[in-house]
Amino acid sequence: MDQAESVSVLEKKYSRRTFIKGVIATGATASSAGYLFRGSPLLGAATYQTATERLITLNVNGQERRVDVLPHETLAMTLRYKLGLTGTKLGCDRAECGACTVLIDGVSQYGCSMLTHQVRGRSVATIEGLEDADTGELSVVQKAVMEEGGFQCAFCAPGFIMAMTEMIEVNPNPTREEARLALSGNLCRCADYDKILTCAMRAAELARSV
Amino acid sequence: MAKIRDMIPAFELFQPTTVGDALELLDEHRGQAWVLAGGLDSFDWFKDRVKRPSAVVDLGGISELTGIRDVEDGIEIGAMTSLTEIERDERVRSGFSVLADAARHVATPQIRNQGTLGGNVSQDTRCWYYRSGWPCYRAGGNTCYAAAPQAMNREHCIMGRSRCVAVNPSDTAPALIAVDAKMVVESNGGSTVHDAEDFFIGPAIDITRMTVMKSQDLLTRIHIPARWADADFYYEKIRDRGSWDFQLVSVAAAFRKSEGKIEEARISVNGVAPFPVRLDAVERLVQGTSGDESTASAAGELAIQGARPLRHNDYKVAMMRNLVRRAVRSVS
Repeated sequence: MDQAESVSVLEKKYSRRTFIKGVIATGATASSAGYLFRGSPLLGAATYQTATERLITLNVNGQERRVDVLPHETLAMTLRYKLGLTGTKLGCDRAECGACTVLIDGVSQYGCSMLTHQVRGRSVATIEGLEDADTGELSVVQKAVMEEGGFQCAFCAPGFIMAMTEMIEVNPNPTREEARLALSGNLCRCADYDKILTCAMRAAELARSV
Repeated sequence: MAKIRDMIPAFELFQPTTVGDALELLDEHRGQAWVLAGGLDSFDWFKDRVKRPSAVVDLGGISELTGIRDVEDGIEIGAMTSLTEIERDERVRSGFSVLADAARHVATPQIRNQGTLGGNVSQDTRCWYYRSGWPCYRAGGNTCYAAAPQAMNREHCIMGRSRCVAVNPSDTAPALIAVDAKMVVESNGGSTVHDAEDFFIGPAIDITRMTVMKSQDLLTRIHIPARWADADFYYEKIRDRGSWDFQLVSVAAAFRKSEGKIEEARISVNGVAPFPVRLDAVERLVQGTSGDESTASAAGELAIQGARPLRHNDYKVAMMRNLVRRAVRSVS
């Protein structure tokens, strides 16, 4: 009985969420949402019943986005599965790989290791927001990556590019060693580090010439 | 334990904006509330389902807990100040470079941007048996898996054990001991100030905690007295890889010199015991010397007295001896 009840509650929540998403985001979001809400054998139905979503406004890439957020939801989850911003990758989900790196008020942080509720009132920048919103022109870091062909599989690229974006703000004239330290919070399993560093140096060069 | 990649189990989230409100919340949820600072320790626990608090108190919205201020006697650092801010702050860099150095050696840039000084010193041990949810002494069980004959204990302690053989993982802890920092801990009953070396406790005192803080306590600020400003400092951390890693062994030292002789010293080592160790005996030994080679050697030997390595970590004995040697040698 309890089981049947909780299933119906789940279904209601699920369909309501899908509806809101249909309004605010793309079809891609709705299909990937299954990942987030499919539950896990370790999660009892009670977990869902006690969790209450709140509608909050997030500033993402300069836009005000209204989104329903659970208290225990991480920013990477919200970005990917509710806002359709799948450029931010989830690699380890343990602050150990850097694939989820986003900029919070211009400072690089791991999106997997903060709650969405913690970034209310702050500005979130993801890989999708780097290009010029009006002209679609790529940022200097993106251009540098295109020019130098820095990545092999590029799963780690969004994280690295966000870290580089912060780096050229903080230190527009880095040595290769400084760039290495600035990017030491991102892993590349193809081990393309040398080429990635060349991208970072090229990005700084492009930024200085703008 | 297999890593689970989905939602964190549900909890109630509180985001107070004052210390008073936070303390009330902790009191109200006595023992059930989890204090969330930067989250780099907390979320691992939650995601692995090893700790499942019903309420989480996020300190991120409390502005009085952030920032570095000049106070009458030295500087005061809010517990929620990010490690990046400490690493870059001019007053810390010029007056207490050992702390800036230690902050710079924490994990990765992103973690330092998010991680806080208060969180760094309050984090739980990284013993993988304990963190994987094994029912060890520290977790309320009745055995230590890391000291068992077949255990993998390369990163565990060589001294200060008492049933538990875990080590304190904090990089900033030995630096705070070296500058004689005072930790201000508040609870609903008022505030108490602890010397940094007394703030960290070993399993002999309470095996379930790493610090003096109990569940209703909050570390609000860290006062660094002017007394050790501009001393000669030494910091070194040895780890397996250049980023992310916790220390295998680290040393932080402060020396006051006059006419080429060490007048006073404070030396602390972390990664060798369940708490950062202050080396009082070594400090007395080096007093009045110039930090010459023979003093440095004697200091290193004295530091490791009583060390009892486990099966896989005897290298830590040599590492500790050599780090203390290097610290003392840096003076001359």
